[in-house]
Amino acid sequence: MSLSLEWMIPLVPEEIVIVTALAALVVDFGMVRRKTPALRAAAVGGTACLGCVAAMIWLALGPEAKGAEMLALTPLTQFLKMALLAMTVVVAVLSFGARFTRHLGEYFALLLIATAGMMLLISSENLLMIFIALEMLSLPLYVLTAFNKTSAASAEGALKYFLFGSVAAAFTLFGISLLYGMTGDLQLGSLAEKIAEKLKTPPLEPVYYAGLVMTLAGFAFKVAAAPFHFWAPDVYEGAPAPIACFIASGSKVASFFVLARIIVEGFGPMHGSAGWEGFEAGWMPVLAVLAVVSMVAGNIAALVQSSVKRLLAYSAIAHAGYALLAFFGNPRQMLPALFFYVITYALTVLGAFAVVAVVENNGGRDRLGDWAGLGRRSPLLAGCMFVFMLSLAGIPPLAGFFGKFYVFTAALGGTTAGGKPDLAMLWLVIIAVAASAISLYYYLQVLKQIYTAEVPADSKPFCPPYAALLSIALLAGLVIALGCAPGWLLGKLPFVLNSTAIRL
Amino acid sequence: MNSFPLLSILTLIPLLGGGAALLSPTAKLARRIGLAASLLALGVAALLWAAFDPGQTGWQFAESLPWVPSPGNGYQGIEYHLGIDGLGLLLVGLSALLVPFAMLASWKIEQNAKLYFALILFLETGLFGTFTALNFFHWFIYWELGLIPAYFLIKMWGGPRRTRAANQFFIYTLAGSVAMLLGFLAIFAATGVFDFEKLAELARNGELQDKLAKLGGAFFHSKETLTWLVFAGVFLGFAVKAPLMPFHTWLPSAYAEAPTGTAMLLTGAMSKMGVYGFLRILLPLFPAQMRAMQTPLLILAVVTIVFSAAAALAQRDLKRMVAYSSINHVGYCLLGIFAVVQLSGDAAGSATDKAAALNGVMLQMFNHGLTASALFYFVGLIEERSGGLRGLDDFGGLCKAAPVFCGLMGITLFASLGLPGLNGFVSEFLIFKGTLPLAGWAAAISTLGLLITAIFLLTILQRVFNGPLQNRWAGWKDLTKGEKLTLAPVIALIFVLGICPQILISVANPAALAMLKLF
Amino acid sequence: MLAWTIYISFLGAAALALLPPESRRAARITALLTALAGLALALGGAAQYEAHTPAGGLVDLVNMPWITELGINFHLGADGVSVTLVLLTGIAAVAGVLFSWNIERRTREFFALYLALIAGVYGVFLSFDLFLLFVFYEIAIIPKYFLIAVWGSTRREYGAMKLALYSLAGSAMVLVGLIAAYVVSGAHSFDLVVLAKQSYPVAFQHWAFLLVFVGFAVLAGLWPFHTWAPTGHVAAPTAASMLLAGVVMKLGAYGALRVAMTLFPEGLRFWQNGIALLAVIGIVYGGSVALVQRDLKFVIGYSSVSHMGFVLLGLMTLTQIGLSGAVLQMFSHGIIAGLLFAVVGRMIYDRTHTRELSELQPMNLSVLAPFAAVTFVIAGAASMGLPGFSGFIAELQVLAGAWGVFPRLTILAGVGVVVGIAFMVRIWIKAFFAENEAKGAAVQIEPITVAEKAGAYLLLGTTVLIGLWPGLLLNLITPTLRSPLFQPLWKGGPP
Repeated sequence: MSLSLEWMIPLVPEEIVIVTALAALVVDFGMVRRKTPALRAAAVGGTACLGCVAAMIWLALGPEAKGAEMLALTPLTQFLKMALLAMTVVVAVLSFGARFTRHLGEYFALLLIATAGMMLLISSENLLMIFIALEMLSLPLYVLTAFNKTSAASAEGALKYFLFGSVAAAFTLFGISLLYGMTGDLQLGSLAEKIAEKLKTPPLEPVYYAGLVMTLAGFAFKVAAAPFHFWAPDVYEGAPAPIACFIASGSKVASFFVLARIIVEGFGPMHGSAGWEGFEAGWMPVLAVLAVVSMVAGNIAALVQSSVKRLLAYSAIAHAGYALLAFFGNPRQMLPALFFYVITYALTVLGAFAVVAVVENNGGRDRLGDWAGLGRRSPLLAGCMFVFMLSLAGIPPLAGFFGKFYVFTAALGGTTAGGKPDLAMLWLVIIAVAASAISLYYYLQVLKQIYTAEVPADSKPFCPPYAALLSIALLAGLVIALGCAPGWLLGKLPFVLNSTAIRL
Repeated sequence: MNSFPLLSILTLIPLLGGGAALLSPTAKLARRIGLAASLLALGVAALLWAAFDPGQTGWQFAESLPWVPSPGNGYQGIEYHLGIDGLGLLLVGLSALLVPFAMLASWKIEQNAKLYFALILFLETGLFGTFTALNFFHWFIYWELGLIPAYFLIKMWGGPRRTRAANQFFIYTLAGSVAMLLGFLAIFAATGVFDFEKLAELARNGELQDKLAKLGGAFFHSKETLTWLVFAGVFLGFAVKAPLMPFHTWLPSAYAEAPTGTAMLLTGAMSKMGVYGFLRILLPLFPAQMRAMQTPLLILAVVTIVFSAAAALAQRDLKRMVAYSSINHVGYCLLGIFAVVQLSGDAAGSATDKAAALNGVMLQMFNHGLTASALFYFVGLIEERSGGLRGLDDFGGLCKAAPVFCGLMGITLFASLGLPGLNGFVSEFLIFKGTLPLAGWAAAISTLGLLITAIFLLTILQRVFNGPLQNRWAGWKDLTKGEKLTLAPVIALIFVLGICPQILISVANPAALAMLKLF
Repeated sequence: MLAWTIYISFLGAAALALLPPESRRAARITALLTALAGLALALGGAAQYEAHTPAGGLVDLVNMPWITELGINFHLGADGVSVTLVLLTGIAAVAGVLFSWNIERRTREFFALYLALIAGVYGVFLSFDLFLLFVFYEIAIIPKYFLIAVWGSTRREYGAMKLALYSLAGSAMVLVGLIAAYVVSGAHSFDLVVLAKQSYPVAFQHWAFLLVFVGFAVLAGLWPFHTWAPTGHVAAPTAASMLLAGVVMKLGAYGALRVAMTLFPEGLRFWQNGIALLAVIGIVYGGSVALVQRDLKFVIGYSSVSHMGFVLLGLMTLTQIGLSGAVLQMFSHGIIAGLLFAVVGRMIYDRTHTRELSELQPMNLSVLAPFAAVTFVIAGAASMGLPGFSGFIAELQVLAGAWGVFPRLTILAGVGVVVGIAFMVRIWIKAFFAENEAKGAAVQIEPITVAEKAGAYLLLGTTVLIGLWPGLLLNLITPTLRSPLFQPLWKGGPP
């Protein structure tokens, strides 16, 4: 029996990341145990970053990988993996100044394992593999949320996260098993074929719908869509800032991608309709309900927050709602719109949480009052936060505006069977636009504190670490650039999509 | 065919002069610039008079330039249209004469002199413009241009209760102007025309009425309502300015509180703007309405004449007496105008009467302008010499102390009364000659006004100049050389125009005859 | 050349951001130079436009593909209406900078935000791609918020937030309408000219027009969505109020004309009477409420609502004369409102620190600040619509156009004119010319600075110039109204 290692080649990036995780542990326990925390963080974190960068290089320059039965490797997935790795690098850089834990080796190792889980998640085309990768992503995150042992909020958040997550995972597993029971298939593509067959003789058995809803529950949880969002505020608030960053950005991108894949590739035929005139059962009404509740609940709750982290958490819930709107468009626009939105959102919120992390590290808590006068104390940081907040609010010429614009256009542009646009989702778009308009209020609250409030007399001078500042500035620049010239990113997406085997 | 733009130049001179006065470094220079500008304007006006051809009908020195392009939809563009006929010439001449007179009267003003003289010059521009403009658009600009400087002149240099007087003057006149503006907006909406000449033509062949009726019929029950409303608005604007009772209540306080020079201009020239408006605008555009309202209007005119004279009689303040007397004299003009609107009789006599009345009106405007401003000048002199007093009972026997003063003022008072041989007589005579056959009862009652006027004017003479001289006035100075020089032209004119009214009638008569053709 | 107005303003804002924080003088001079450059470009561009396009059509300045996936181009263009409003922006910008010369606190940021706002406004007036127009429209919102929230006066945070949220709500409505139009037209382009040529189903037009029009008209102060205006104007610092009332409200009216009316003529005809009624209510209501205000700035804020009512009424007449009047009124009111706010805010409030009429009355301002008094009188006369000033021809055209279409409403509007005169006279007398001779103690007031005088002369000169030579602007506007883009408004439907 020849031991061919060809099967390893498609998974090289993930392997690099796992090896790096182990390497980080080794570096921490073996080499730098006795050194100062700053040096330790630099060493271990540096290792982690190196590993990620190596994986990115492989993805960019390495041989074109072919997928296998359970593994889908397309230019789109490779591109996304690079983006995810970049986000992980930023999070790692942010963690350099972290003082909430001494267990740096474990910290970075868990981070990297979660990253590997994300990468696997977006490559899987088999429901069971997806589930495994999902857990591989979630479990380290539960632990990482609790990493700040001095904070009760951290522990509380982690516990809630874990409990919610487990329940959601259980639902998902149950749904998957229902579907397997009905169709005998776990592969997404053939699942869709079988459903299409069954749809030729309507009505479809309710079991399918039950399976659909339950499967979606787990992913809705991951994406923080209401009513599966109750973990988000506590986790975002309690978790250490870099981890909140990670959850808000990378994890969300991966989850949205997999949600898109499942819906488009797996449940494609049973879309149903959420148009104003004709509701039909399927995943469209489900997503419509999720979207509406997310947008409304998220925005209204955010209006009254006084903690910046919780505000960002509720805004994340609302943004999940907006992103879900992309699913109602026609296939050509749906996926580019969704991915553009999610990627730019991830970049923006990564930056926003990074700023929160820096402010926290410099002595402030995350109450709105602690941000007073930031515009004078650190103009660059304040300027970046300005960019991020306005991008989240959807003000041009920032990336968030175009993301929302594209998503709304896609949602309105969905066609009926006859091919003519019928504006069936107009009601949903109206709610979305209204919610988006209201959201400006709470983003302006943060900016108001930063720019109009006077600097408190007892404030210490601000000295943020340069690396963090650099990455934040880079992110802000990216947000502006993508807002002014979204064509760059958009151009990449269809090209990448054309070579996927997505069928509807 | 545009002739040499003498009228534009005439209007421009005081404007530029006013600007120069504002910018001049010292008050002394400002006064001289002001006087020079007004004298220059007087010179141009004299030139105008000389070059005017009374025998030629129609507008002379006409200018017509395209200005605001037509916005389409059947609305015409606005033209810069100037022109002068006998009426305009008379009033331009009057204004040109009075302004230097007023300036000399104001020579001693110290506070903010630059602004004062500039404002007078801007006022003069407004006067010239009003009397020469033939398109509502810039006519109204000049009309309002007369209002604002007058307001400031009263407000800033006036007597103790000037603020209230100025505000009242302003609000009343503005209200009238606004009513007029709204009326003209309606006319524009109906016909698309702002030009007076064209509007007069439209009125003559009935198109104006038709168009207004059409527009009004769109949302009023009766087609005539809009025409009446427009008439009322335009009427109001002029009735407040002239003034006609009961729209006169702003006048006594305004004239009483205004500084001397301003009061002279107010009574001499600005009140004529109102009468001019009646003749130039209201009569040609709305002859039918005027005819229909003739009796009420005549009643108002008579009331104006009699009541104002009676009110003058009851006054104890000299300035107020002259103010009410002003209302009275302008009332004669209005009487003449209202009498003339009767249906044009075919009888030649009727035409002669109307011509006489109109001639009288125009002459009265000129003559009253002269005499009334002279009277205010005298009252101003009295006030100055007495240290602020001007009550009827404060003086006595001034004739002994200042005979020349007494003499000249006496002449002016008699002219105002209408003594034959002085200018006032001819105009009042002509008015009554024309009005008696046309509206006998009105003329008859108005003679009461003549009587009462005579009484109070003679009362002034008696109380102020005759009788025992009070001790405090023992040192009353007679007229200085400067004052005599200032008065000389006016007094001379009073005599000349009394003996030789042909000078004015030669210009006025053709204009009167032309006007009669309009309705 | 016109497109450079946008770029230069943004460059100016960026340059200001780079200056050291305490350099007030440099900030002021940079801002003034930028504003002057913008005005010069506007004038030059206008002359160029008039010389080369006697027929008054659309001229393309820049037209580059931008986001091809959605058919969005970076399309800047100009026609007579745009040029008129660009001129207004240029003049208002320079005047605003001059009247803000005395800002001491955070001068650099103030002018940076101000120039950013100006750039956004230029952009709206010159955009002919709807996406681009919307981008510039929204860009203008954030500087407004900060200008009011940081440098404003009465209840500034509340006023700023109200303004921002109202603006965003309005633009949200516009966004929905825009995307719907794009989707329904099937044209895969956001270009205005392309979208205008499509014919939309009538039922669609009915609600789409209302959505887009009201969305824009909120910013134009359409009653009853006008409530942000008085609060916002009062809260804003002088230059911001000048811009807000002078230019930003015109953004709304312009958007309504350029987008809603051009794209959906059938919908327009359906809602014509209703909106005209609202416009006239605004005229009368604005004037009446102004009549009873105790705060001078509130009077002028409400008078802005009243004047914008004329603009909206003119737009609804669907006659060339009415629309010409509406555009001219946009220009005229922009200048006049700027002047009024400048006097009240800068000349009076900055010196007396009060705007209450009861407190101003005993101050004898006509003596203490004669320049301010005279400027205010002239500005008030212009505001009343007296001939000789720009407002007269504008209101005349609007009323003339409206008379043929809505005679009863026109009478009401005429009443509004009278009310406008009344409240102006009231504040003249109360604030400046009150009867208080017995004031012995002379309150000392700083003299009016050169910058203020310059700004006042600029604005006064403009309103008198256009009042006496309205042809200057009408030569731009009238041919444009006959150009192809406006044809659907006159005939019975799309060509």
